[in-house]
Amino acid sequence: MSLDAEILPLEPEFERDGEPVATDHEDGRRLRFLVCGSVDDGKSTLIGRLLWDTKSVAEDHRAALIAKGSKQNDLSLPDFGLLLDGLKAEQEQGITIDVAYRYFQTPRRAFIVADTPGHEQYTRNMATGASTADLAVLLVDARAGLLEQTRRHAAIVHLMGIRQVVLAVNKIDLVGYDRAVFDDIELEFRAYAARLGEMAITAIPLSALKGENIVTPARENLGWYSGPTLIEALETAPTAQLSGLSFRMPIQRVSRPGETFRGYQGTVAAGSVAVGDRVVVAPSGQTVSVARIVTFDGDVERAEAGAAVTLVFDRKVDAARGDVLTAADATPLTGRDFTATLVTLQTDGLKDGARLWLKAAGRMKRVRVSIDEAYDLGAGRWTKSTTLPVNAIGRVRLHFAEDAIFDRFSDCRDTGAFILISPKTNNTVAGGMIADLAETESDGKEHVTMSLPHDLAEFILGLPAVKARRSEIEIIPDR
Amino acid sequence: MTAAAARLQTTDDNSHSSRLSPHLQALENEAIHIFREVAAEFERPVMLYSVGKDSSVLLHVARKAFWPEPIPFPLLHVDTGWKFSQMIAFRDQTARDLGLDLNVHTNPRGAAEGLSPFKHGSSYFTDVMKTEALRQALDAGRYDAAFGGARRDEDASRSKERIFSFRSPDHRWDARNQRPELWNLYNGRIARGESVRVFPLSNWTELDVWQYIKAEEIPIVDLYFAKRRPFVLRDGMIILAEDERLELWPGEVRQEGSIRFRTLGCFALSGGIFSEAETIDDIIDEITTATVSERQGRAIDRDEAGSMEKKKLEGYF
Repeated sequence: MSLDAEILPLEPEFERDGEPVATDHEDGRRLRFLVCGSVDDGKSTLIGRLLWDTKSVAEDHRAALIAKGSKQNDLSLPDFGLLLDGLKAEQEQGITIDVAYRYFQTPRRAFIVADTPGHEQYTRNMATGASTADLAVLLVDARAGLLEQTRRHAAIVHLMGIRQVVLAVNKIDLVGYDRAVFDDIELEFRAYAARLGEMAITAIPLSALKGENIVTPARENLGWYSGPTLIEALETAPTAQLSGLSFRMPIQRVSRPGETFRGYQGTVAAGSVAVGDRVVVAPSGQTVSVARIVTFDGDVERAEAGAAVTLVFDRKVDAARGDVLTAADATPLTGRDFTATLVTLQTDGLKDGARLWLKAAGRMKRVRVSIDEAYDLGAGRWTKSTTLPVNAIGRVRLHFAEDAIFDRFSDCRDTGAFILISPKTNNTVAGGMIADLAETESDGKEHVTMSLPHDLAEFILGLPAVKARRSEIEIIPDR
Repeated sequence: MTAAAARLQTTDDNSHSSRLSPHLQALENEAIHIFREVAAEFERPVMLYSVGKDSSVLLHVARKAFWPEPIPFPLLHVDTGWKFSQMIAFRDQTARDLGLDLNVHTNPRGAAEGLSPFKHGSSYFTDVMKTEALRQALDAGRYDAAFGGARRDEDASRSKERIFSFRSPDHRWDARNQRPELWNLYNGRIARGESVRVFPLSNWTELDVWQYIKAEEIPIVDLYFAKRRPFVLRDGMIILAEDERLELWPGEVRQEGSIRFRTLGCFALSGGIFSEAETIDDIIDEITTATVSERQGRAIDRDEAGSMEKKKLEGYF
């Protein structure tokens, strides 16, 4: 190593040079990541430091920050956490209580960072941030070591399908830059993560407050560390993998501006589609050929995953919003019963047998949920359970009144993810991922589902014959 | 969207889509998905059209989302009566050129009272002519979903905003009670009287907007480009002095210089910047090296701390 390389630059090693973000990265897409950790771990400081050192903080914001003083440190540095506290109430409480999205870029790449809270009761926000992320940064206080909370975060991140993690061992300066402390934390985490399953891990010792190993390497104090800085790890991380499945496109909307045009609008979820391809309309099973792929910029020959297009078929077909167009040789899972993993998001949690709305890829369906297991984050194992409190992770079965279509979440996010909505409050009560088809289950009862105007329903419920068996009737209010 | 940026293999290499970077293409695809989702699920959507650059992008993406079908919902412009006159001319020209179903609403109360941002203060003026006016127009149209061009990178309180932002029947935004939003699955279920505000450009940055305008050759109001224009300095803001509605205050002098505007609203509340950026490339250069934030010229954001948050709670867009 040359002598020059030993000298720490005063400023970050790169400048914003006025050039647009390089688009020569493998897919040109910006990286979406989330940062998990608590206030005490220095999470706000870490994100603030990333924004500050990448010169993503505008001058008027910088000035406001410096004017607010530096209450939390004695290094004459601004309080980076103040950059992130958008809402007044949060500033007063000193905690971040929601998911906030920040945007910054380096000459190599653009980033969206989801700032998610560390308090246990806010798992819902973490799941939200994780659902669209390519990577997670797990923050650990070097003095405290691995906490239950870090394990919990890692488990949620893994559950949500994230397969790359940066373990940021913060406040390494406060343990005297001790390599043994760092090594112990990394080893312990790798042992824990191995139990979760496949996960690529990069562990980095750093000090968010001092800006060491965030953007600027800390060669003097961390001479024993030869890995990437945080920003280098983020710049080189791959974005989430494309689905390996054949063509999938949920129909979002049928466009019929006139008698002569009928187009099926949607976003290609997996694979690709070309003019002339034969595709199946699931679940009905009809087969059609693609006559045109229409876009505003002209017809195209082929559209790949991610593209928002309008398909025109060679003949009239009975297809509607919620149906899925699929490759003829690889149809999705079709059935009335599925197994799934979900995260509960509301204070009421979820009860066995709950009847809810399920929204997935353009479909809104009624579903009954059977709860089988809850994940014990402390012990790291599944236990039998028939209820799930808020912020719980559960294994469930979904029961539909008619055939439903999904892919395994691990095969395709867009056709394997769903949310559950309370018919009572209209709020989103759970986010879930399809695991597989389940054994078809019959609960021994006959069901008749009726959708009625309010006054007619009142009338029927008032009939003596119906009144006598009122306890057997379940009412799901519609909007 | 899980997929990486989409690549459209075009039959014609000169078509527009081949000019979008994979990054911009992915942002456009995401916005189109959101537009279609709302059009499919809601009974009475409307698009808030403010005539600014973000609205111009929003309008362009809306056309792309439904083409060859015309945009299947009306547009709404809340006119305070104090917009730059170039904006009004541009708005009417755009509506004519594209055959848009454009509704314009001005708060009759404020208009009758002769409210002026100079005489009555920016805060009260904005309350009546923007927030109250918007509520009137949304109620009158019984709209259940309203698209807006807001971006999360604009302001700290915006950074927590959902793509589907739930509003109570009185249009209030409760930051604590927003619905969790996972993947690209948006919960559009509402009770009667409730509504959602929808932000298809949530994940765009100011730079993305300009690069998209350039790539797609989207027309925008001329005031975004630097030109020699008359102005006065008032409360540290560069106020355009082209308008007969502007009365000079004692001691004020009309000056002239090369100025442009980074955001457009009421001419009395939108301060310009000194700039030589005469082309989109110049503007992109300017903002990638800019050291002040985009909304810095906006008077309403400077009234008091947490200003935007307060306005949003009351129903401001």
